[in-house]
Amino acid sequence: MAKLKLAVYWGAACGGCDVSILDLHEKILKIGELADIVLWPLAADPKYSDIEAMEDKTIDLCLFNGAVRNSENLEIAELLRRKSKILVSLGSCACFGGIPGLGNLFNKKEIFNSVYLDREFNANEEQIVPKAKVTVPEGELTLPEFYNTVSSLEQVVDVDYFIPGCPPPPDLLWKAIEAIVSGNLPPKGSVIAGDKALCHECPRKREGRKVKEFKRLVDVILDEEICILEQGVVCNGPATRGGCGARCVRANIPCRGCFGPIEDALDQGTQLLSAIASTIDSDNPEEIKKITDQLADPAGTFYRFSLPVSMLKRRKEEGEE
Amino acid sequence: MSERIGVFVCHCGTNISSVVDVEQVAKDAGGWDNVTVAMDYKYMCSDPGQELIQSKIKEHNLTRVVVAACSPRMHGPTFKKTLERVGVNGYLMEMANIREQCAWTSDPGELATEKATALTRAAVKRVNFHQPIKESEVSVNKATLVVGAGIAGIQTALQIASAGYPVYLVEKEAYIGGHMAQFDKTFPTMDCSACVLTPKMVDVNQDPNIDLFTNSQVVGVEGYVGNFKVKVRTEPRYVNLKTCTGCGDCVSACVMKDRIPSEFDEGLGKRSAIYIPFPQAVPLKAVVDKESCLFLAKGKCKQTCIEACQVNAINFQEEEKFTELEVGSIVLATGYKLFDPSIGPQWGYGLYDNVITGIQFERLANASGPTGGKLVLKDGSQPQRVAIMHCIGSRDENYYAHCSRVCCMSSVKFAHQIKEKTGAEVYEFYIDMRCFGKQYEEFYNRVQEEGVQFIRGKGSEVVEVDGQLTVRAEDTLLGVFREIPVDMVILNNALIPQEDSDQVASLFGLCSGEDGFFLEAHIKLAPVNTAVDGVFLAGCCQSPKDIPDTVAQASAAAAQALSAIALGKVKLSPVRAAVEASRCSGCMSCVNICPYGAVGFDKEQKVSVINQALCKGCGTCGAACPTGAITTSHFTREQIMAQIEGVCAQ
Amino acid sequence: MSKKKDFEPLIVGFLCNWCSYTGADLAGTARIKYPTSIKIVRVMCTGMVDPSYVVKAFKEGADGVLISGCHPGECHYVEGNVKTMRREPLLANLLEQLGIERERFKLMWASASEGEKFAKAVQEMTDILKPMGPLNLGGGKKIG
Repeated sequence: MAKLKLAVYWGAACGGCDVSILDLHEKILKIGELADIVLWPLAADPKYSDIEAMEDKTIDLCLFNGAVRNSENLEIAELLRRKSKILVSLGSCACFGGIPGLGNLFNKKEIFNSVYLDREFNANEEQIVPKAKVTVPEGELTLPEFYNTVSSLEQVVDVDYFIPGCPPPPDLLWKAIEAIVSGNLPPKGSVIAGDKALCHECPRKREGRKVKEFKRLVDVILDEEICILEQGVVCNGPATRGGCGARCVRANIPCRGCFGPIEDALDQGTQLLSAIASTIDSDNPEEIKKITDQLADPAGTFYRFSLPVSMLKRRKEEGEE
Repeated sequence: MSERIGVFVCHCGTNISSVVDVEQVAKDAGGWDNVTVAMDYKYMCSDPGQELIQSKIKEHNLTRVVVAACSPRMHGPTFKKTLERVGVNGYLMEMANIREQCAWTSDPGELATEKATALTRAAVKRVNFHQPIKESEVSVNKATLVVGAGIAGIQTALQIASAGYPVYLVEKEAYIGGHMAQFDKTFPTMDCSACVLTPKMVDVNQDPNIDLFTNSQVVGVEGYVGNFKVKVRTEPRYVNLKTCTGCGDCVSACVMKDRIPSEFDEGLGKRSAIYIPFPQAVPLKAVVDKESCLFLAKGKCKQTCIEACQVNAINFQEEEKFTELEVGSIVLATGYKLFDPSIGPQWGYGLYDNVITGIQFERLANASGPTGGKLVLKDGSQPQRVAIMHCIGSRDENYYAHCSRVCCMSSVKFAHQIKEKTGAEVYEFYIDMRCFGKQYEEFYNRVQEEGVQFIRGKGSEVVEVDGQLTVRAEDTLLGVFREIPVDMVILNNALIPQEDSDQVASLFGLCSGEDGFFLEAHIKLAPVNTAVDGVFLAGCCQSPKDIPDTVAQASAAAAQALSAIALGKVKLSPVRAAVEASRCSGCMSCVNICPYGAVGFDKEQKVSVINQALCKGCGTCGAACPTGAITTSHFTREQIMAQIEGVCAQ
Repeated sequence: MSKKKDFEPLIVGFLCNWCSYTGADLAGTARIKYPTSIKIVRVMCTGMVDPSYVVKAFKEGADGVLISGCHPGECHYVEGNVKTMRREPLLANLLEQLGIERERFKLMWASASEGEKFAKAVQEMTDILKPMGPLNLGGGKKIG
């Protein structure tokens, strides 16, 4: 059997997904046996031009991690889509926008201000922020254009499979690779994870306790047996796809929601909100408001990994038509 | 497969078409996705209108129908049947409410037409996702609960019992008869109230189909139409209902004899602590008022009553009792309360001796009342001049806006009785004379001829001028201000909702109207029905009404209960929630949220399960479900989302 | 289509069948005029209003969303309205983070007899939304 051609790419990502490929441990050698790596910015050194030179659909499998944050991410996403037979959206950022997607609660200007100008530790007296084009005596310099809005991979190109997770668990990744190598392909569009929400695999007991306050994880020592929500700590499990093995909740950490919404979900954030509001133990509007306000960042909490694929995708932009 | 939708836009005469361009709505609708035919018509709900819909269903093989007309609360059932008569499931129809919620609230013009179009578009988008629904039927328990044993409750109970079905009649007081038992005469025929009522009261007591609970209140209601479970609490009477003979020996023996103001006589007479309020009382058994009984209140008494009782019927150890009843229908006949005129010092009630209320007049005039029917002032003398003031607390923005409906006629009755008994001068102060019932106007004319002076103007004040009781009023016919010295003032006070009507409403799941009386399902189409299937209204708890109307409505309520019994089954609302197990992750968000305990949990499968018999279809569990595993039939996510898209599309 | 001179806000109203929808019908029967801005979606109980519906309405172009149900203690389903009451402030906070001003989302109680109260609330909300201008959510944009 001819060796497969494998590409790995990172868009707006932290690198954790690439590391999770390395977390396959000795199986990584198997990948080496099965495939030639034609692109992997983290680990190898081919150039974009090498890819551009290829015939379309030359690459057998492309694992694309990271969200689409700038014009380079978009350009390479489109390029790899053209060149790849199978494009896999790897990790929460590629699948749903992920943590970079929370940038959609702000706009480009605010982000630049915050990163380059407003910080006390910024030594930027000239008030320079990145520009897509800048003319210097030597000529014109370019940088990728930073978009106002983060998108998931699927929002810009056609995607064949999704492996969620921040980072995706190596066992799911391996399962996907095995399926692709063996030709046992699942239906297009499949999410290589569980079908039900995390609660289904959560070992904790739920007894229907309601809460008078919402606490931060740092302020409480969680009981390991009972439902985290019932202990007044937000757990995204009820509206988050399972299949991760419930690793966080088993480690006494609430689900952060990295597997994203379940199949055909309307909106992960509002659905989670509804389930969590149901646990509030009060019939008094003022008290409810007080309890509610203990959740400092509901959008960032409930849409932690999925804002770009949510119903509204981003915060309202002033002056947008 | 795409649907074939027919859109029918109603003019409602000119009700809708004078505000909304209905032709334009129909024309626009004709261009929407899946709309096969769209048309407007003068009266969609009329026979030809319904036939039009039916013929278009057949002609175009329509699979869905949208009727843009009045509120679905008005003609939803009508058009549902229209479809069903041509073999199409009634739930494949949706109404757009372009009358009550558009034409009637908007100025004519483009915006109104746009709104009507948006509502119709929403209905069209929604109806695409409708599913045929088969309504489930449940059997009907043949027993009926009637709450309140005034004339309304008595009439309802007798009517149902006479058809051979069991009735539980629950009365808060120790005796039945309500306000009517206190009345002397009834207008316009001047029949004695007791002559009309007491035979019915006796019938209640003797009818083997009627189980009477006095001193009792409903404290819990569960279940649904056809199958209610009701919990009744009975306060101790301290007198054995079976053995007491009603001889009255205990009453005479009571150490508190003639020392307690009698409620039945509106404080004008006195009674004992153990008492029978009036000679024709039903049940004719003594009752102990635990507040004024020395033994019960203070633990110290010679207990002369126990000595006096020859059948050992008195038992101070008696405790409250709870009874669980199962019934198919419930009729509420909880009546009214009288407005307390001492709230307004301008009327002088409680300030001056000879200012009394209408019901106090009834007791004075009544032959078995405290004066033996003699109409006298506090000092025992006969009044020479009497004022009757209408609308005390009624038709008054400061108190109650509603018309109490009976006071004009009872005032005329009082005037007639005063003339008859004393020949005194009588002045009636009225805003308008409302003599709308059968023989009422004739009765009014007769009393006018008897020389009663009717002054058009609401009595504004009752004062004492140099020790002389005086009524001040503007005579709006003469355009003069008048001060009329009188010996006695009768305040005909408003009929208002019972003190606990809010609690009763929430116990039975009813709504109250703006005036505080229980709200009927539809003022014209369903005047004795309520928002809760199987719960009906009779008498003044719905709104003030006179005895003829009360009796008629009580019979109507009985007919409603009887029709369910006769059919033996009722259709349940098909709006229910259900769990799609393959989507449910077992997070249990829904389990604790259900107010009916309808959501259970299958521990083995780790999924929620909804008990269809307990579910009432509020859909709260569905909204709380974070995975969309719960669907409420006829209010599915797809349907509501489509409707939202419809109203928002420009 | 846009022939309108003035900006007329669009309010999506979720009204419970038993109290507020009946109250809105009563406003009609009593011929109480109020702005055409509100378009009513009938639900059985406000408890049925999934927060996603509210977000959906904004996404589809609503400038305001009004939820109206039975008064607390008078819910036809015992306490469906209380469940809504528990969701409202959290949803309002979330919407604000998404740039949807607090004034654009309102929860109120109107009984079957409070047609006038309902009409007044629609008038008030319309008056507040008018000067705020259209919401114009741009979330649908693909990139950029």
